[in-house]
Amino acid sequence: MSFIKNIAVKPWERKGIIGGLRPVGTFDTAPEKVALVFFLVVASVVFSLFTVSYIIRMELPDWRPLSDPAQLWLNTGLLVISSILLQWARTIVQTEARKHLISAFIGGGVFAILFIAGQMNTWQDLQATGNYINANPATSFFFLLTGLHALHLLGGLWVWSKSSIRLIAGSKPEEIKLSIELCTLYWHFLLIVWLAMFAMLANT
Amino acid sequence: MAYLPLADQEQELHHPHSWVTKYVWSQDHKVIAIQYGGTAIAVGCVALVLSLLMRMQLGFPESFDFMDPNSYYQSVTMHGMIMVVYLLTALFLGGFGNYLIPLMVGARDMVFPFLNMLSYWVYLLSVLILMASFFVDGGPTGAGWTLYPPQAAMAGTPGHDMGIILMLVSLVVFIVAFTMGGLNYVTTVLQGRCRGLTMMRLPLSVWGIFVATILGLFAFPALLVSAIMMIFDTLLGTSFFMPAVIESGTPLDHNGGSPILFQHLFWFFGHPEVYIVALPAFGLVSDVLSTHARKNIFGYRMMVWAIIAIGGLSFVVWAHHMYVSGMHPYFGFFFATTTLIIAVPTALKVYNWVLTLWEGNIRLNAPMYFAIGFIFTFIHGGLTGLFLGNVVIDLPLSDTYFVVAHFHMVMGVSPVLVLFAALYHWYPKITGRMFHSGMAKLHFWCTFLGTYAIYLPMHYLGFLGVPRRYYALGTTDFIPQSAQDLNTAITIAALFVGTSQLLFFINIFWSLRNGKKAGGNPWGSASLEWQTPDTPPIHGNWGDELPTVYRWAYDYSVPGAHEDFISQNTPESAEPTVDEQHFDPDIDQPLADV
Repeated sequence: MSFIKNIAVKPWERKGIIGGLRPVGTFDTAPEKVALVFFLVVASVVFSLFTVSYIIRMELPDWRPLSDPAQLWLNTGLLVISSILLQWARTIVQTEARKHLISAFIGGGVFAILFIAGQMNTWQDLQATGNYINANPATSFFFLLTGLHALHLLGGLWVWSKSSIRLIAGSKPEEIKLSIELCTLYWHFLLIVWLAMFAMLANT
Repeated sequence: MAYLPLADQEQELHHPHSWVTKYVWSQDHKVIAIQYGGTAIAVGCVALVLSLLMRMQLGFPESFDFMDPNSYYQSVTMHGMIMVVYLLTALFLGGFGNYLIPLMVGARDMVFPFLNMLSYWVYLLSVLILMASFFVDGGPTGAGWTLYPPQAAMAGTPGHDMGIILMLVSLVVFIVAFTMGGLNYVTTVLQGRCRGLTMMRLPLSVWGIFVATILGLFAFPALLVSAIMMIFDTLLGTSFFMPAVIESGTPLDHNGGSPILFQHLFWFFGHPEVYIVALPAFGLVSDVLSTHARKNIFGYRMMVWAIIAIGGLSFVVWAHHMYVSGMHPYFGFFFATTTLIIAVPTALKVYNWVLTLWEGNIRLNAPMYFAIGFIFTFIHGGLTGLFLGNVVIDLPLSDTYFVVAHFHMVMGVSPVLVLFAALYHWYPKITGRMFHSGMAKLHFWCTFLGTYAIYLPMHYLGFLGVPRRYYALGTTDFIPQSAQDLNTAITIAALFVGTSQLLFFINIFWSLRNGKKAGGNPWGSASLEWQTPDTPPIHGNWGDELPTVYRWAYDYSVPGAHEDFISQNTPESAEPTVDEQHFDPDIDQPLADV
């Protein structure tokens, strides 16, 4: 409960430097990571609000459940592999080694691209069978949620591509450690979001 | 792994090399703040003019050709949305947040300067998109600032084709800009503080902006979600919100959507939005009051706790905007209760402002006029909020001018008075010059008395049952001639207040060249932003060495001290004291220790 303890102090009583080099209340981590964690919270709020809207909209009488395309299982597998590869890259870079780093990190991104390609294929299949975005609220939500998730992943891939170029160009592991760590965190987050969404889409 | 605290890192600053990188594509938080502020005030002037046009129509119906029912609703909508989002949110957080956070926390800049620059340019893009809607076929949307479907997207509502789309797209772009800025503000407050600056030593301005930014980061997603789904409904024919509905005799393709869902999402954003504007205002006004009363802020800890409590509670009161939409009575009871509870920490803040003034050595400088004026308008606006928070009182009053009066007092006049207080208070630091004090005080009296002349009578109109949102009242039995006359008087007052804002613009532009040199700390303020080696602060803010903080930001009138303030970066050992023989401890008790 250090937060409560921190805001209970009487600042007018104590003079002098408090907390040595680091002001009390800062996190012992890079500011980029703090910002990313806040961003993930914001993104979670966005996805949660869509979920709430989905559940409320589902209760209304015109809802026709969508039979989920089997390809989603394959896509899920691709995203899981992508996350695993990035986690591997993160483990490698923490030991400041270089062996397999490029293949793990780049492989992770490639599998994410394959995931997006798989999602696009799913969208085409749905449209081919007449399930257009405005056919039914269930289809509308399907396109909306999967599209939004893919957009987030594309944002991640943009950062991943910049880091990959640095990695291939010969950056030392310690220079690129933070980028790899943050990419991995973001990927895991998007995997969890996808699993939650997939569970919701598959069961309703 | 232990990270070096930011304050000890040699931060790479992108020193500008040309006029363009210095003033246009600048990554300096102070330039970005001025860009944000200038854009917000400019777009706010558009909204001000719209309100004057509306008032002219209401005060002198059938006298003007420029206003028909459609343009009236378009003016209402654009006025509301611009004022709440594009002026107040952008000016408090983008303007003051950007200017003050790095200076008050003793940092050289925001943690992510490039992202900060991007935030401004994306914000400008959102403003341009919104302004473009004035020039498209059908004009801007006239759906009301709440943009409720289905009417927002249906023929009969002006701007139902392009106007509403541009509004929604502009909001989405604004939220992207806000998120970039917001992540920066939060991270800078958490990670960028200088040595010795604990959270509880932060000035309340930073606390207000910090908590408001967190509210924004959590609340704007609700607007984002509703805007995206509504864009889909309008452009792609989905039915998230649009129910089965007949437009001019033709059934539309929509089916089964829930307009109430939109209302919940909108107000889940909309109510915290009130506090996204109010909390920075609370913080800024606390600092202005304390400085010009030469007294530490009364109950600093309570003020911080109240800011946090209000922030938390603001997420559980949203449906009090929807009593007339209908809800289960128990929900009504719940939301009425939470609404009344939020008045407790808010009232606590008001008491503390008044108690800060109590026995202070008050200096009636122009910023202090506006700050004290704010206490009046905020109490009035806040008290009428207690009326409207109750379901049974809200129902008859909700669609009347009483509501217009309430939210303009609490959400319009009050934050604007704080904005002026803050603009005048920090003007010497931003420009290095003093403004013309007499003109600023005249500006205060015109604004303060003028706005009372506008909004006090509106409460009365509301009790009479005069409906809001009407383009013209016409002749009805329950609206007496006196109400029509009052409307004319309100319009004259509004035109007077609107015109008197020119005093502010003349003053700040005139003083840029002709104002007296301000020096580094003209108000004798204890907080860090006044202790910069240069005024206005140069890029990097602090010269060779970052400041170290030894005390809180409110050491005013400390007994025994040489001056009536001790700045935050004054070490304890270097504390200047008067000769002890001249100091009688029985007369001057240290306030903080009582």
